[in-house]
Amino acid sequence: MTRVLVVAEHDGRRLDPATAKCVRCALDLAPEALVVAVLAHPGDAIAVQAAALAGVTEVLLVDAAPNAAPLAAVLAPQLTSLAAGFTHVLAPSSTFGKDVAPRVAALLGVGQISDVLAVLGAHRFQRHIYAGNAVVTVDADPARCTVATVRLASYAGVGPGPAAPVVRRTLDVALPTHTRFVALRSDKGARPDLQTASRVVAGGRALGSAQGFELIGALADALGAAVGASRAAVDSGFVANDLQVGQTGKIIAPELYVAVGISGAIQHVTGIKDARTIVAINKDSEAPIFEVADVGLVADLFKAVPELIDALRARGGR
Amino acid sequence: MQTILVAIKRVVDFNVRVRVKPDGMGMATEGLKTSINPFDEIALEAALRLREAGAFNSVVLVTIGGGETDRELRTGLAMGADRAIRVDAAPTVEPLVVARALHALAVREQAGLVLLGKQAIDDDNGQTGQMLAALWSRPQATFASQVSIAAGVATVVREVDAGLETIEVDLPAVITTDLRLNQPRYVKLPAILKAKAKPLAVVSLAELGVRDERQFTARDFAPPAQRSAGVRVKSVAELVAALETRGVLA
Repeated sequence: MTRVLVVAEHDGRRLDPATAKCVRCALDLAPEALVVAVLAHPGDAIAVQAAALAGVTEVLLVDAAPNAAPLAAVLAPQLTSLAAGFTHVLAPSSTFGKDVAPRVAALLGVGQISDVLAVLGAHRFQRHIYAGNAVVTVDADPARCTVATVRLASYAGVGPGPAAPVVRRTLDVALPTHTRFVALRSDKGARPDLQTASRVVAGGRALGSAQGFELIGALADALGAAVGASRAAVDSGFVANDLQVGQTGKIIAPELYVAVGISGAIQHVTGIKDARTIVAINKDSEAPIFEVADVGLVADLFKAVPELIDALRARGGR
Repeated sequence: MQTILVAIKRVVDFNVRVRVKPDGMGMATEGLKTSINPFDEIALEAALRLREAGAFNSVVLVTIGGGETDRELRTGLAMGADRAIRVDAAPTVEPLVVARALHALAVREQAGLVLLGKQAIDDDNGQTGQMLAALWSRPQATFASQVSIAAGVATVVREVDAGLETIEVDLPAVITTDLRLNQPRYVKLPAILKAKAKPLAVVSLAELGVRDERQFTARDFAPPAQRSAGVRVKSVAELVAALETRGVLA
């Protein structure tokens, strides 16, 4: 009897698309019960959105003031309590899920499988190691609860389905006060979110400076795309770390990925290899990015990118 | 609140490409250059700066593995850690076992803070810090890009998907480090020589009351699916045409 508990991710107002992807992964386990845990405050609207996902059999809503901010130390004991009777607990492999899931696993006294990219059986999973240099197939102990995070780039989200019942739960669990939320600073402009965008334009060290990197933003705007960056560009201080794509940043799977001035180290490529179309613009014809690019252009980016922006604008105006 | 425990892992160097063994039963890591996991090196640097700022008295380095890890521990001592502890165990122990060992050491050393990388670049699990915090019943501040400490409270800026999140945690706490926290210092030759005299203790898992239990079995290892080679275009016009053909500009 497979019973899966999916940990919902949300921003306090809306359910994050990551949750629909986790539900998709959970369906591969062929569960008898597929329950989404919504810990939020206020939580009604989010619970309703979770209940509308295809395949969900029930939503457990814990609407309590301490759940207003996503603090792992506060959420984990509640999730651990909710996990009783479940064979699997799934969370997205986002910074939210990566933060909370191992804490839940340890409280349950079990290990965790990080970044599941395929389910081969109720207790058999595939995941990447060494920056995607290998796919390892792992068997989990069937006698224990399996806690896992889901590699979001490997799953499409489920669509809407018949509304599942929402059950409100009040938990008798002591919550710590040793961890306190202070603030969230979001520099998101009008551009799409990097994790979920269908088009992404990313820049590397070759942009040369934060000012040079503005060219990436201009191309992104011409394409209606999100902006990403290589670790080298982040390390050089051109852009914020939350734009980093790759092994230690975000793993994404857009329809179109345009890599500009990015050499294509394996640590970067592992973050984009599920993109449908990869375009590379680089002046070094030997750059490894060309080995994975569907369309490659060897050119000076400072000439090619403005030209491309003009061409796209002309096309759009046609 | 005197001691910072810094957990480091020995990994194949960031610049070396690791391949699957021909028999698919593991990774071919023999003889490859190793180093301290880059995120753990950032954790060590953060600890050294906190000690230098007077927030803590000593920095204790810990790793889990066999004698092969001594090189990385000596490097950490040369960077400035005061002493090192090696928990003698197979290097393949699972993160929960590592967390249990670190928990035992955090209690024994009365650590005021445990610092470690947000993930190791070999297994890419990213679990140990959070598991340790859970077992220790202490706060966790993961993916830290800024840490300041005053009056027994750490204020940590975290790199999260939505941007930068600031949280406050009461000490003792566990902090896992992201790449923008700092730039680790270079080790100078005199420091390397001096580090040879610094204490390096070895303790077994059993002495810490921890069993090397395994919950997961790796069945096989395979190279990732390769993307097929694409086309090279000669101009921006050809690039736009290629994208139109692929239907991605619709």
